[in-house]
Amino acid sequence: MSAHEIETDVVIVGAGPVGLFAVFELGLLDLKCHLLDILDRPGGQCAELYPEKPIYDIPGFPVITGQELTDNLLKQVAPFGPEFHYNRMVVSLEKQEDGRFRLVDDEGQAYVCSVVVVAAGGGSFQPKRPPVPDIADYEGTSVFYAVRRMEDFRDQDVMIVGGGDSALDWVLNLAPLVRSLTLVHRRDNFRAAPVSVGRMKELVAQGKMRFVLGQMKELHGADGQLTSVSVRTAGGEENIPVTRLLPFFGLTMKLGPVADWGLELNDNLIAVDTEKFESSVPGVFAIGDINHYPGKLKLILSGFHEAALMAQAAKKIISPDERLVFQYTTSSTRLQRKLGVKK
Amino acid sequence: MTRITFVEADGTRHEIEAENGSSVMETAIKNGVPGIIGECGGACTCATCHVYVEPEWVEKTGVPSPMEEDMLDFAFEVRPNSRLSCQIIVSDELDGLVVDVPTQQA
Ligand SMILES: Cc1cc2nc3c(=O)[nH]c(=O)nc-3n(C[C@H](O)[C@H](O)[C@H](O)COP(=O)(O)OP(=O)(O)OC[C@H]3O[C@@H](n4cnc5c(N)ncnc54)[C@H](O)[C@@H]3O)c2cc1C
Ligand code: FES
Repeated sequence: MSAHEIETDVVIVGAGPVGLFAVFELGLLDLKCHLLDILDRPGGQCAELYPEKPIYDIPGFPVITGQELTDNLLKQVAPFGPEFHYNRMVVSLEKQEDGRFRLVDDEGQAYVCSVVVVAAGGGSFQPKRPPVPDIADYEGTSVFYAVRRMEDFRDQDVMIVGGGDSALDWVLNLAPLVRSLTLVHRRDNFRAAPVSVGRMKELVAQGKMRFVLGQMKELHGADGQLTSVSVRTAGGEENIPVTRLLPFFGLTMKLGPVADWGLELNDNLIAVDTEKFESSVPGVFAIGDINHYPGKLKLILSGFHEAALMAQAAKKIISPDERLVFQYTTSSTRLQRKLGVKK
Repeated sequence: MTRITFVEADGTRHEIEAENGSSVMETAIKNGVPGIIGECGGACTCATCHVYVEPEWVEKTGVPSPMEEDMLDFAFEVRPNSRLSCQIIVSDELDGLVVDVPTQQA
């Protein structure tokens, strides 16, 4: 538990393109933002799913890649000094007695703010569960999708499945402390960095671990305690003793904790109005792919529009007495000062 | 027009007139074939359009590109005839193609 809670005007859940642009619109209205994202970097789907792919429908950019758009947005919001918290999943959202909101992330850090903007997109990226029978029965006891504490793996019979960097990194990190180690992958080619693959092959040559070419078939054990895993290989089926299993099959998007925040949902999306993009809980807004309203299009440009209107409503909540004067960034000296382009 | 048949895991067959130039995944989605999701819209970044190409068609559909092979690591129950259907483009050559839909997508 962190001792201090963070206080700010606005907390934005999700640092995808829409969450990032919200910082800009809120910043023009002098609102300070903290952003949280489960991923280790900004950009949401653009950075995680298609960084190199061209996007053709961002107004004013005939073509721009997902990563370029993310980089540009970061540059655009930099003058407002947003604070980013990566590798953090917002797990809870509650209204306090003083009318403000309290959010807590998966590391126990609390954030207190007047306005919450949910820009959680397709939801949280979560590890894929392989379709092996009964795997759910072992999750959290013998089957893990990430290594939180290396100690949990000490002196265990560990099997790691996959061929990417996560799989290979954990092979190398866990090798010194486990009782036995098996890497299972469906082919002899790896997506992981060649250096890691080279080091893994050395460990195999030294007899410190095994590499099995095949696919997981069945789990054996009882009461959440795994004892072995059958793997189908070219030569038939092999039953390998395993007490800890780490499958790495990439990420998929699930709504995740957002579903439990008491917001009205429509087919797993947050229902909002189209004037302020506010959810059923006043002060909690939802913009981008996560929201739903009649005619909604899951496009980046729609999310940008939603961010602009949301910011106006957020400002009225935080400074109810301030008269809002509509201004253009082209001509307003005040806005240009905030952007740091005019002294 | 090119005829493509999708066979669900339970044996249900869907015979569809596919449009040349579109992908096999798009053909499935447009016609509501169960079991093909296409979460990433054909960007080869999700592996939820996994199919098995019937052996006699493997030669015509060709082999996966290295990018597709990488993505197949995220699919389940991968076999030598596994393909990501968003990476197979419909053409006259493929008239009569039969693909099997796996029991579960990634
Ligand atoms: C292959 C592909 C191509 C596309 N092409 C286009 C295109 O050409 N044009 C276009 O306009 N759109 C396109 N899109 C759609 C576009 O990417 C989305 O509309 C856009 O990313 C939505 O932005 P967002 O910020 O709402 O959500 P996202 O980009 O999904 O970001 C949401 C973020 O919130 C985080 N998050 C979720 N829950 C939590 C939580 N509880 N705690 C902390 N963080 C959380 C997630 O980790 C994620 O990073 C494409 C999408 C894909 C997959
Ligand atoms: S649709 Fe996503 S990989 Fe084919």
